[in-house]
Amino acid sequence: MRRTSWQEYQKDIADDKYYYARSCIRQNFFPGSEKAFLDIMHNDLGIDIFDDPLHTSCTGIGYHSDIVPLETIMTVVARQFSLMADAGYEHFISSCITSFGIYNEILSTWEEFPETEERTRRYLKEATGRELVKPRSIAHTSDIMFHHRHAIARKAKRQLRNAFTGEPLRVVEHIGCHYAKIFPKSGIGGSEFPYVLAGMIEAWGGEVVDYPERRHCCGFGFRNYLVQANRGYSIANSHKKLESMAPYRPDFIVANCPGCAMFLDKWQYAIAEMEGTVYGADGHGIPVLTYEEMAGLVLGYDPWELGMQMHQVDVEPLLDKMGIEYDREAKYLGKNGKYIGKPDIAAVNCEEARSIYEIKR
Amino acid sequence: MRNLNFGYGISRPRVINLDNNDLRKSNAIIAEMPELQACIGCGSCTASCTAGNLTDFNFRRLHTAVRRGEYQGAYEEINKCMLCGKCRLVCPRGINTRELIMLIKRKLGDF
Repeated sequence: MRRTSWQEYQKDIADDKYYYARSCIRQNFFPGSEKAFLDIMHNDLGIDIFDDPLHTSCTGIGYHSDIVPLETIMTVVARQFSLMADAGYEHFISSCITSFGIYNEILSTWEEFPETEERTRRYLKEATGRELVKPRSIAHTSDIMFHHRHAIARKAKRQLRNAFTGEPLRVVEHIGCHYAKIFPKSGIGGSEFPYVLAGMIEAWGGEVVDYPERRHCCGFGFRNYLVQANRGYSIANSHKKLESMAPYRPDFIVANCPGCAMFLDKWQYAIAEMEGTVYGADGHGIPVLTYEEMAGLVLGYDPWELGMQMHQVDVEPLLDKMGIEYDREAKYLGKNGKYIGKPDIAAVNCEEARSIYEIKR
Repeated sequence: MRNLNFGYGISRPRVINLDNNDLRKSNAIIAEMPELQACIGCGSCTASCTAGNLTDFNFRRLHTAVRRGEYQGAYEEINKCMLCGKCRLVCPRGINTRELIMLIKRKLGDF
């Protein structure tokens, strides 16, 4: 029988007029991605998106680490929604997966327990004099990118293809747990068939790699990572994923969660130092991109404008494979041409000797 | 590798991955003693074990691990057996457990 329930796995996403909430940790680890998202929406697609300097952290990291109480985070979130209403917007989009989970969790809590909403309204009024206005829709920025993927494909300067062979690049997509594992209906494809990144990859000419541990967590998990003694458990999760994906020879990994992109990138360095294993081609690491960086490359943005010099694993092999022209010398030059410093040579980067590492592909 | 001290290592999973385990010895043991596959894991061998009464030797655990290809420490462990043969008397499936111990010893001598 033909499946008719696929509709349940879809999600209504607004077409225009978004209120943008930034992420805390992405500013540090993938600093060009949020700018790239705003540029793509504004300049390439002509969409109205408001980047509000007044909003704060959602305090999700503190909440998940048990140092920010529920009432506090609810009031902070209520203030963000109130700022959105002040700015004249109704569609709230969040750059961070943790924040996205938090906003969904709090809206759901207010619905299930109306007394908590009343209490939050009171706290917000007392603390800031503001009124809570709930958003008409909540979406993650990867949902927005997915929603406009065909428009981006029409404006694409290049595809996710190997420029020399013409074959599609093999891409591992990794979805953040808080995207759809908390509230399956909040994600495209639910928690069973997440399609948000796979849809982008397919629309832009790439090939999605399906591998056994595709839906495994990257291991961030806040308290699993924040306490040093627990980090062995955290890295073990990324290790499990990398071991599982390596035989499929992915060209790069793309993630829609700040923590996942950071961990899958930086743990490759830690694993190489700890046990001498590297997972990418030619004895290097597998580059890890955010979906904004992937879209930026497709639209012809300069990789250093996208902030790709901040990655732990060098992206040059991928750029070469895609036939992207870039200035190698400009990698570590900041916006104003000032030298921003260069990291030490590491196994997952391009300069290191290969022989002492066990290459998994 | 530069032997950096991260203050933690990569936690090893406690899963038994039959795809990664080397099952050649295990398969050789089963080929020589196919009746081992009739084991229902009742634990009578362990319950009646003279060595198990005096040490932490556990024959059911040991032969289960060996069949899964987890040989680490099995040879040293099996040396605790006194070959009294009571396990063979009580086995409800009639498995020659005493012979099995000798067989495992022979096969895993180099582990």
